[in-house]
Amino acid sequence: MLQFPMWKNVAIVLVCLAGLVVAFPNLFYDRVERSNDARASLAAGAAETPELAAEAAGWPEFLPSGLVNLGLDLRGGAHVLVEVQTADVYAERLEGLWPDLRDRLRDLRDQVGTVRRLESAPDELRIRIGEPSGMAAAEEAVRAASQPVISLTGASGRDFEARAEGDVLVITLSEAEKVAIDRRTLDQSLEIIRRRVDETGTREPTIQRQGEDRILVQVPGIGSAEELLAIIGKTARLSFHPVVNRTTDAAATPGLDEVVYPSMDEDGVYYVLERRAVVTGEQLVDSQPTFDQNGLPAVSFRFNPAGGAAFGRYTADNIGKPFAIVLDGEVISAPVIQSHIPGGSGIITGSFTPEDSTRLAILLRAGALPAEIRVLEQRTIGPELGQDSIEAGRRAAVIALAAVGIYMILSYGWFGVVACVALLTNIVLIFALMTAIGATLTMPGIAGLVLTIGMAVDANVLIFERIREELKTARGPARAIQLGFEKAFGSILDANVTTLIVAVILFMLGSGPVKGFAVTLGLGILCSVFTAIYVTQMIIAGWFDWRRPKAITV
Amino acid sequence: MRHLRLVPDVTSIDFMRYTRFWLIVSLVGVIGSIGLLATRGLNLGVDFRGGTLIMAATPEEQPLSVWRDVLGDVGVGEVGVTEISDDTGQGRHMVLIRLGTADMEEGAAPAVDATRAALSQAFPEVQILQVDSVGGKVSGELVRAGFLAVLLSFLGIMVYIWLRFEWQFAIGAVLSLIHDAIVTVGVFSLLQLEFNLTIVAAVLTVVGYSINDTVVVFDRMRENLRKYKKMPLKEVMNLALNETLSRTIMTSLTTLIALFAIYWFSGPVVHGFAFAVIFGVLTGTYSSIYVAGATVLWLGVKRDWSKPDASAGTQFGGAKA
Repeated sequence: MLQFPMWKNVAIVLVCLAGLVVAFPNLFYDRVERSNDARASLAAGAAETPELAAEAAGWPEFLPSGLVNLGLDLRGGAHVLVEVQTADVYAERLEGLWPDLRDRLRDLRDQVGTVRRLESAPDELRIRIGEPSGMAAAEEAVRAASQPVISLTGASGRDFEARAEGDVLVITLSEAEKVAIDRRTLDQSLEIIRRRVDETGTREPTIQRQGEDRILVQVPGIGSAEELLAIIGKTARLSFHPVVNRTTDAAATPGLDEVVYPSMDEDGVYYVLERRAVVTGEQLVDSQPTFDQNGLPAVSFRFNPAGGAAFGRYTADNIGKPFAIVLDGEVISAPVIQSHIPGGSGIITGSFTPEDSTRLAILLRAGALPAEIRVLEQRTIGPELGQDSIEAGRRAAVIALAAVGIYMILSYGWFGVVACVALLTNIVLIFALMTAIGATLTMPGIAGLVLTIGMAVDANVLIFERIREELKTARGPARAIQLGFEKAFGSILDANVTTLIVAVILFMLGSGPVKGFAVTLGLGILCSVFTAIYVTQMIIAGWFDWRRPKAITV
Repeated sequence: MRHLRLVPDVTSIDFMRYTRFWLIVSLVGVIGSIGLLATRGLNLGVDFRGGTLIMAATPEEQPLSVWRDVLGDVGVGEVGVTEISDDTGQGRHMVLIRLGTADMEEGAAPAVDATRAALSQAFPEVQILQVDSVGGKVSGELVRAGFLAVLLSFLGIMVYIWLRFEWQFAIGAVLSLIHDAIVTVGVFSLLQLEFNLTIVAAVLTVVGYSINDTVVVFDRMRENLRKYKKMPLKEVMNLALNETLSRTIMTSLTTLIALFAIYWFSGPVVHGFAFAVIFGVLTGTYSSIYVAGATVLWLGVKRDWSKPDASAGTQFGGAKA
């Protein structure tokens, strides 16, 4: 009656053993981690050095080697949440439409007259035509240029829309195209950020999209969020432009198809440049930090064949004229072309520090972000704090465990000992589950674990209190124990389901560390129900069968 | 060997005697908290307010005025410095530096870099332990998510209790949860402790603990209602409370033991969290009796439990009495 059937006992023991096996590498965290890292880099093709081999051998291969992930707040590192300004790309997309539309309209010159582009808000393109009577033909010609957009929802449309306002043709992007741009921009940004972070060689970075237009980057081990932002925050759009004029007048009015950019190093100096770039960073295939002939830090670059050809042609035709190297709307430098530069490679000089040139080379190599990003949240956790937190958490857990254990044993005697075994099993199982599902342990997560130590005994308390009550009325201790377990079950279930509801909601709505808390709380509830009910009952039933006591005290 | 018993085996405390008095106490607590929130408000952390918070430590104690002087010259706007205790046993002197609600338009990086540089120049051995910068856009969303989390959990619990018990119990349970959440937040307003994301998690933990406690009492009430069909409701409740008293005390104590371990030994990061939950465990235990129990007493319940309620998953009691 009290005893579970054999298969159930075996299952319970197996679950506990499996938990122990999966969880125990966490006791040797450093050793296992170093061994895992060494193995991973060997597998990735790193040269086998004696140190690497020794580290890899630090943990026997036949033993399980899974570990609980430590959250950023325990490991130290940087956390940055950025928003990709996808609207920038809309303007660019419209800008890109103009040459084609202009050509199409000019082909219809006898119907629409002169074609002129008007100044407008960045989210539309306004074109005035000379002959309002030709508007219908103009609209038709423009619409013919639009492309279908294939979207996931299937609700496909054209990529842009045209409407007439008097003699002005207004072009706007369609919603479907905007959605497609958003998705593409975010995907590209994710990819570029990943490449840049990987270039820095930090281990286990997390780069995730969040919501519609956000990217979360977490890099353990990096010194500060500012350092991380220096790498991922820059758009890094490089282009080479012919210089029209050099001026100190910030309000210089550029001519048509010209732009004014400030100099990066010289205060108050501006360059008027042709809007159209000769070559852009997109045509770069490589970039490395280097030094110029004077031994100053510089960045070398190499173009792909098309870019190299364009660059070669331009330098050949414009010897003696300056051209500007522009990065994110600032002129790095504007050297005078000394000679024809064939082969498509060269160096960029400016007033760089060695760190600057290394960073710029990384940025150019990884490519430009398709749009600017804005920082929403940046957090740095120093490595000291992380280590302290782990120590503090461990201490709190041990003290809580000891105190609760002593209290339970004082209150319930032998039954209290059983509850302690259940509690320890519970903690092992929580760690095993976290290791198995790859959950992340955070500081609030540790707090949740310690809290679980306090709350998990509740199920046992409910059972034991019930057994005490039943002892007064029931016939014999066996019956009392059985009734105790049976009757406490409903309360345990209700109490834990309601708490589980809270944990699930916390998990869904919480972010970062709070999510970590929800994970340990939720797993703690699940495991505590298992250990308090099954493990406890199995041990007590086994003990009862063995000792057959005439009377028990709880 | 005699076991430790904090509560005698049989008690007959008349818990439901002064319900009116306790109702007033609860109301004062809730209304007082709302009043505090309206007048004093909360000391919102960077999570909810936006801005930058820097946790720094020096080996020797530096007067706060020195910190302020050093930071006043950085030119990052108004700077607040407060001391915090370091209970991780490292013997460091820690401060929290709050840079004004930095406009994140250009990112907080320049201000943080400037502060870092100024600090390491003034105190060569300074450790920057933690830096948090949150922009206004995100902080607004975090506030909404926090609210939503609390509301959703109330709703989820109410539905569950309603299914498992009766609607009167669901109302009682949710009223007690609202009481606990408001009073806990009220204490943060009263003491002007920093209110951040972790505290929202703490409030939800309190909600989880409180409902746990309430459900155990309700469960016993339901059982007794089936067992003693003629006993007045008030006595049924008193009996249930007395029968579960030992367990209530036991579980609150083990939970409090764990919480004090966190409070004293876990360092400043989860200090506020532990404080909130310690307070909440006390109110949660109180509200299970005097808010949840009293509400059910006041609303009354159906007494005919002879037909097993199909929605109540487990049935026991009755027949075995």
